[in-house]
Amino acid sequence: MPKQTHWERIKNFDEVALGYPVATAVEEARRCLQCKKPLCNQGCPVGIDIPGFIKCIVEGNFGAGVKKIKETNALPAICGRVCPQEEQCEKTCVLSNKKAQIAIGRLERFLADWEAAAGKIEVPDMAPKTGKKVAVVGAGPAGVTVANDLIILGHEVTIFEALHECGGVLIYGIPEFRLPKAIVNREVEYVKSLGVKICMDFVVGKTKTVDRLLQEFDAIFVGSGAGLPWFMEIPGENINGVYSANEYLTRVNLMKGFRFPEYDTPVKRPSRVAVVGGGNVAMDSARTAVRLGADEVHLVYRRSKTELPARAEEVENAEEEGVIFDLLTLPVRLIGDQHGWLKEMECLRMELGEPDASGRRKPIPVEGSNFIVPFDAVIIAIGNSPNPLIPMSTPGLEISKKGGIVTNAETGQTSRPNIWAGGDIVRGAATVISAMGDGRIAAASIHRYLMNKS
Amino acid sequence: MTDVADEWRRIMYKIIERRMIAPNLHEFTVEAPAVAESVKPGNFVIVRPDALGERIPLSVADWDRQAGTVTSIFMQVGGSTAKLARLKPGDGIPTYVGPLGKETVIDNFGSVLCLGGCYGIGSIYPIARALKEAGNKVYSILEARSSFLLYWEDRFAKVSDRVFVITRDGTGGRKGHIGQIPEMMQQAGIIPSLTIVNGCTFQMMRMSMITKPLGWKTIVNMNPIMIDGTGMCGVCRLSVGGKTKFACVDGPDFDGHEIDWEEFLARRKSYNPEEIDPLRRSSCQSRF
Repeated sequence: MPKQTHWERIKNFDEVALGYPVATAVEEARRCLQCKKPLCNQGCPVGIDIPGFIKCIVEGNFGAGVKKIKETNALPAICGRVCPQEEQCEKTCVLSNKKAQIAIGRLERFLADWEAAAGKIEVPDMAPKTGKKVAVVGAGPAGVTVANDLIILGHEVTIFEALHECGGVLIYGIPEFRLPKAIVNREVEYVKSLGVKICMDFVVGKTKTVDRLLQEFDAIFVGSGAGLPWFMEIPGENINGVYSANEYLTRVNLMKGFRFPEYDTPVKRPSRVAVVGGGNVAMDSARTAVRLGADEVHLVYRRSKTELPARAEEVENAEEEGVIFDLLTLPVRLIGDQHGWLKEMECLRMELGEPDASGRRKPIPVEGSNFIVPFDAVIIAIGNSPNPLIPMSTPGLEISKKGGIVTNAETGQTSRPNIWAGGDIVRGAATVISAMGDGRIAAASIHRYLMNKS
Repeated sequence: MTDVADEWRRIMYKIIERRMIAPNLHEFTVEAPAVAESVKPGNFVIVRPDALGERIPLSVADWDRQAGTVTSIFMQVGGSTAKLARLKPGDGIPTYVGPLGKETVIDNFGSVLCLGGCYGIGSIYPIARALKEAGNKVYSILEARSSFLLYWEDRFAKVSDRVFVITRDGTGGRKGHIGQIPEMMQQAGIIPSLTIVNGCTFQMMRMSMITKPLGWKTIVNMNPIMIDGTGMCGVCRLSVGGKTKFACVDGPDFDGHEIDWEEFLARRKSYNPEEIDPLRRSSCQSRF
């Protein structure tokens, strides 16, 4: 897929991947074998009819292709960009054993972008109104999916969103250069056009509790997302210049700190930055720091390159943009100057031992290998816990040891019969598509519950 | 019952009142019925003054559940509060969300000292009122540099067993500073079972240092930088008893004797070069 060159893109926040032109999309779609028993859609958490929409592209019938995707996925422009296809649909593509697998994500994105450019938004067939009311907590990927599915099934849906913009992690977390905010807004507007009501600036659990909402709604879905960032619990993590990835990315993405002082929220532009972690959030943070003008951005990860949990594509983008990978390295101490600002980071070298419970080789510190590197900012991107507000304020809701809401994996139902949950509030830090998959499952279960209840 | 959805479909929150009640201190009342319905003493709200604005926390100082309004007192410090200070009744702001944070624990403790300074005179008022209603002996102490920085003395008179005023220049109440509170209490024969402080960081820190050797349990209402205010971003973290806590969901009330004040002060100032210092230069250089 065409991309902005790395020397251009490190100077802007515009999208890196430019999308397929029509001819390339059709050519790619033609490679699809249209398997009788396709494996690709089994790898999709929301069960998109993948050969179906690819066939539409081959036939040049893009409108029909979009409609096909939207039968099961309300957010194709987003999924086409941020899903880890290489571990899902594309992994199971039969061509991956022989030649290259079909670029399913890129084709999905192509159709969604074609629809937006054409300006003709396909609206699915809507079931007659049921008169049932559902509250959805959080306008992130899980919540928007639930709202989309339930409104199509005829229920009245209201989303309650804590922040001043819709999209959840798609807005505050994933940077503009990977997922333009205009696309998120477009997808949210689409769901609104189906009749979903959205109440902004409403923190369920604080503004009103789940139980207060249940006096007005027949069912509630909790998709309140990520909570407090994890830190390494090493000395110096509260020194100025040490940020959680959540804070750093929220300042830049939601609050548009990269456009300070036009926007009021400031973000520092340090010259030597270390990002600790190896996931997509770490890559996003590192690439953001590059764009904010850092001279050197280091990605500090305690295992080796093969264990990096980030998507291969994002690792490659980060490398192209000049991010330096300090692998097998573990921070042990952050050192400040006399004014309370970060000056240095002390690290240990690691080596890989036997595989641990996660199946990955366990990193073991090399004794006496301590070394100190000067940095003026460290961004900690090692994950987060589920948001605490609803677990804290909803009696009778079963909560896991890690602070997440416990659900039945087949239905998304919680320990309370009229409350469902999905996404990061259940899983901790997971992916956009897994949150959407949770939303899809929960919506189906909520629908069954509401129709049996009458 | 009000339809929650309809109530919140509005885009802008209407300003009911915004007036300077003491130099640089503004009373700020906003129409926000759902916040007004749930708000409790010690809570805060997150406000964004306009579409380009920052999200900033403001402690709540009063509310009217029937009218659906919530009042804060804020001090004009940086660009965002400067924008708020320019609002007039009838104007709208795009974000007003809350109530956030845990409420101050209200119980019958016995005798409670409520120390307020600056905007904290406003935010400790509903705490004093609730403590009085809970049957405590409430001793309110209002501290300011000079008498022209005091406000709401009449309100405190109604909810306190006694109101003490301290000014640095002696233009109101006793001349001096909070260091004299232990002596004042001794003279008045008051042994507090709890001390609560709402005010600037320096005042909360000083009072915690004063009360620690006396063994007076001291609760402070912390005021760090915040962004979402809902337990997501982690910028509001502070060290309490050697552990990292998040003011927006674990607080904002904490035991003043357990806080790492030096670290907290440094974190509070981390964006001064961007946000505060430009205002201290000549107006031509200021972007606000």
